[in-house]
Amino acid sequence: MPHDPPHSSPLWSSFKATPTAWGRSPSWGLPRLGPGCLTPLLSRHPLPRRAWILSPDEKVSQASLRRLYDRFQALDRTGKGYLSRLDLQQIGALAVNPLGDRIIDSFFPDGSLRLDFPGFVRVLAHFRPVDEEEEGNRDPKEPEPLNSRMNKLRFAFQLYDLDRDGKISRHEMLQALRLMVGVQVTEEQLESIADRTVQEADEDGDGAVSFLEFAKSLEKMNIEQKMSIRILK
Amino acid sequence: MDGTELAGQILYTWLTLVFGLILLPSAFGVSLGISEIYMKILVKTLEVSPWSDAALPPRSALAGAGRGTRGIIQRDESPMEKGLSGLRGRDFELSDVFYFSKKGLEAIVEDEVTQRFSSEELVSWNLLTRTNVNFQYVSPRLTAVWVLGVIVRYCVLLPLRLTLAFIGISLFVIGTTLVGQLPRNRLKNLLSELVHLTCCRICVRALSGTIHYHNRQYRPQKGGICVANHTSPIDVLILTTDGCYTMVGQVHGGLMGIIQRAMVKACPHVWFERSEMKDRHLVIKRLKEHIAHKKELPILIFPEGTCINNTSVMMFKKGSFEIGGTIHPVAIKYNPQFGDAFWNSSKYNIVSYLLRVMTSWAIVCDVWYMPPMTREEGEDAVQFANRVKSAIAVQGGLTELPWDGGLKRAKVKDAFKEEQQKNYSKMIVGNGSLKSELD
Repeated sequence: MPHDPPHSSPLWSSFKATPTAWGRSPSWGLPRLGPGCLTPLLSRHPLPRRAWILSPDEKVSQASLRRLYDRFQALDRTGKGYLSRLDLQQIGALAVNPLGDRIIDSFFPDGSLRLDFPGFVRVLAHFRPVDEEEEGNRDPKEPEPLNSRMNKLRFAFQLYDLDRDGKISRHEMLQALRLMVGVQVTEEQLESIADRTVQEADEDGDGAVSFLEFAKSLEKMNIEQKMSIRILK
Repeated sequence: MDGTELAGQILYTWLTLVFGLILLPSAFGVSLGISEIYMKILVKTLEVSPWSDAALPPRSALAGAGRGTRGIIQRDESPMEKGLSGLRGRDFELSDVFYFSKKGLEAIVEDEVTQRFSSEELVSWNLLTRTNVNFQYVSPRLTAVWVLGVIVRYCVLLPLRLTLAFIGISLFVIGTTLVGQLPRNRLKNLLSELVHLTCCRICVRALSGTIHYHNRQYRPQKGGICVANHTSPIDVLILTTDGCYTMVGQVHGGLMGIIQRAMVKACPHVWFERSEMKDRHLVIKRLKEHIAHKKELPILIFPEGTCINNTSVMMFKKGSFEIGGTIHPVAIKYNPQFGDAFWNSSKYNIVSYLLRVMTSWAIVCDVWYMPPMTREEGEDAVQFANRVKSAIAVQGGLTELPWDGGLKRAKVKDAFKEEQQKNYSKMIVGNGSLKSELD
């Protein structure tokens, strides 16, 4: 069986910021003299005038994009135009999440220190709910959408697989477990849990869980529902 | 020189009008009804259906849900146990990571706390650009009304308000300095109250403020502590228009410093140096001394410690509740349709904030005075603080949140993360089979 490559970083070059109008909001029927010329006087965050062309595998609607952009700006407290790790760490509900740091890491691949809006959308696109109709009508020549079952599983896999070698070793399993339970559980108990889990999922006996083994052990699980965030319009 | 004479005449008429129609009535606490007429016109303009239909808000489906949190994502608020239930028993599963990652990503898209530090979104547009977040262009008529609105706000209302504010503040500083020369007796207190109230009324009119006071029989009494939710520096103005309080706060420089020094001459306020504020015990000691007399004006404290956007009440710091004495809670709720009173201190400095407030339509708010509360037997300061917080939230129609307002600037404590970890461990290890294996 061909070995599935680990989840590689996205094709950043597919993003192009072109000066197309964003929906119809900036104009308000007036030429240049619209509200946009007054807002800079009184606010430091005028409405954006560009649209980001998303790569074909993302498919986020304009309305959702608008919401996410507002959120991106709200998180960017100092108005830098990008997010840093600290900005995400200051979200209370994320800081108390046992996997909070790992989730933040998934936004900053390859050691980068800045998260711009396309990158923000890219990670969140994984959690778009699966549209059954869309799945059926999909053009097989297009790349698989980011919110497909496989890609959602890949996202979860890379939360475990720190060194990105395509396998979850026993050591990585232990580390993830330690994050989730903190100091509440002893080392021996944790090791036995890790051993049992790796043994159950490991089929080819190499002592580690590859992505395919991971996907196989979760084949009965309703991933679409567990890893979807529905943005209300 | 006809030009300068004409200008002089206009200025003279302008000032006489301002004096006669606004300043004199303020001194006597009488209202001539001009602001009421203005408000009526405003309400008619903003609530007429063409605007509210035309300004098609994309969240019309949620508008019926009333005030309070209007989430943008569909939340599954079931507890951890339900969210984690997998295929088999209840040992650790590879899929447990889904629950945490989903919760984490949900927090990134929308969390309860961060949204409280930005202005509330409106259901229908109120013709101010700054609130136009999601409403799209609809018709030239709406644009024409908007242009008219801009002209009225910037060319008519703004100069008037600036004049009033200037007069109000100068009168205040001069008045309190003069009163401060008198020896401490009843006359001084009376005069100081008069100066305070007059100048506050002038300043409120400088903001076109319409304030409704409810339950005035519960107004804070002497020797008590008044506690309220905090949205902006204007809260102080709104409360002092109806009674005099002792302020507590840090010493500032600049214009604020001048005002503070002037105030302290007329009646005793409690100002701390920046270094003293860090010493909690010192602060509490001084406040205790202050209320021990029972004859001093009530102390005004905002226990949240920071400005919140008036949709919720965050954690009340227990310091104010350790002083003892009677607590008089007050709930303040602004109506966001006429103007946004929330001060987002990380986005705007005080001057641009005041400019924004002065170019809004009006500041409309409700103030509810509530029956006094005291600490009960066996209740510690934190529980008492939460009790008062719930009472204020219920009265003002605000959501109650346990988070600390200080999260605006600082990171959350690790203790909360440990709690989550504890819950999770109980589930996977508290499971009987694993325990018996190790015994």
